[in-house]
Amino acid sequence: MKKSLAISLLLMGALGAASAQAIDTKARFMAANCAYCHGPEGKSRGAIPSLAGLEKGYFVEQMKAFRDGSRPGTVMQKHAMGYTDAEFDALGAWFAVIK
Amino acid sequence: MAFDRREFLKISAGMTGAASLGALTGCAAAPTNPAYKVVVVGAGFGGATCARYLKMWEPKIEVTVIEPNAQFTSCPFSNTVLAGINKMDDITFTYDYLKKTVDHFVPDSVVGIDTAARTVKTAGGNTIKYDRLILAGGIELLFDKVEGYTAEAQKTIMHAWKAGPQTATLRKQLEAMHDGGTFVMSVPMAPYRCPPGPYERACQVAHYLKQAKPKSKIIILDGNPDIASKKGLFLAAWKKHYGYGTDNSMIEYRPNNMPRSVDPAKMMVGTEFDDVKGDVINVVPPMRAAAICGMAGVRSDSSGTWCPIDYRSFESLTVKNVHVLGDSTLTNFPKSGSVANNTGKMAAAAIVEIFNGREPDSAPVVTNTCYSAASDHTAFHVATVFRYAAEKTGADGKVTPAAMVAQKGGGVSKEESELEFAYMESWAKNVWADTLGLPG
Repeated sequence: MKKSLAISLLLMGALGAASAQAIDTKARFMAANCAYCHGPEGKSRGAIPSLAGLEKGYFVEQMKAFRDGSRPGTVMQKHAMGYTDAEFDALGAWFAVIK
Repeated sequence: MAFDRREFLKISAGMTGAASLGALTGCAAAPTNPAYKVVVVGAGFGGATCARYLKMWEPKIEVTVIEPNAQFTSCPFSNTVLAGINKMDDITFTYDYLKKTVDHFVPDSVVGIDTAARTVKTAGGNTIKYDRLILAGGIELLFDKVEGYTAEAQKTIMHAWKAGPQTATLRKQLEAMHDGGTFVMSVPMAPYRCPPGPYERACQVAHYLKQAKPKSKIIILDGNPDIASKKGLFLAAWKKHYGYGTDNSMIEYRPNNMPRSVDPAKMMVGTEFDDVKGDVINVVPPMRAAAICGMAGVRSDSSGTWCPIDYRSFESLTVKNVHVLGDSTLTNFPKSGSVANNTGKMAAAAIVEIFNGREPDSAPVVTNTCYSAASDHTAFHVATVFRYAAEKTGADGKVTPAAMVAQKGGGVSKEESELEFAYMESWAKNVWADTLGLPG
């Protein structure tokens, strides 16, 4: 019993290490893609808005508004039309936690 | 896909073994396995970005950057230097921050690549071993495709299609030109670096001449049958700002006029139709993928010009462990700074996944946004989202190759605007920071 507990603790440790590694690499790349306009880590210099720290619900709402045209824009409607709702969610979650 | 996963797994297993051994014996010695080495040749928009993101996403990878230039000079915005809106200092940046990020920064040029031994040889006599090689050398200009465009002629006739001393010299030539002079410039046959660049150059030089030398003219000799990028927007800008379409137009546009020869003594450019005289001549010769791509044997398209790659990793389709970025590649992306920057991240993301024994993203989605300046206060854009589509074989056996498919909704601005000029300036600050790690 003691032995199996030790083994499960070891396994949990291994799993813990694995989950610490389990970054959403797809979201990480998609967010990095935005950096050439919105700045490294979504922190912009100049007139283009920053994305870092935006509340997730607000981010997703704005992307949908760009897509359906209810929020006017220049380039953003073209970008918003190319992404899925699930991708908006993943991007929103990614940028929300950047301080 | 041809990723050598076994080798990666072997390395990571070996590293784990070494680490456990260290823990058991309390020994702090370096693991016996050599580090995984990525060598990046060229620190432009593609290479510098790739190197930075590799270190950010997987610090265990040992990254070496080889770059011959002491500083980074940006091609985007170099046309505004010709206009006198910006100075060379405004488009020139230090490599100091990139140097602090990567493991080794080698200020040298590459003179040989052995893809079997996986080594790179530099002019300074170094031989550098790699596990993965990133070729980000941009373009090689083919002066011998234009008769008379000798090394001597290149002292008088600028291409200014690689920003740097060429840009500064062309600006000086424009400053020295008399009012009433003629500026002759050329557009190479597509595909070429920066599709809207030549037409933006015409706008920017026209802006300068309109202020300083209003009797002057610009003749555009275009190798293409028509304006190759943002046609409606450029025509509108030429009409609005530079009299295009009137008797008093500053710009004369001649399609299907590929320069075949140059004569710096007579200051003439020859096309198939006639000889065109200019006071300042700016000829961009035909181009192909950078010379380093030739050394590695990755210019493997049918004409030996560009480098076909796997969009999921940017690994060459013909030479294993060699990745190619940006303008050197054969893709359906435009050859833009934004795309080069993002291809650096796509390759970095894939290499990090392979290093960790995982599969790279099988369906990447990536964007391009490219601004052009119509005047000193207005600009417009093209923006596209691309999504990977795998190779398909139809019922008839016809094979559609893998591609990055432009998504519905992409395209160009309705019209030029001051807002987009401000966005363009912000884009430049952000892409320079993202590429070089410049502090905020």
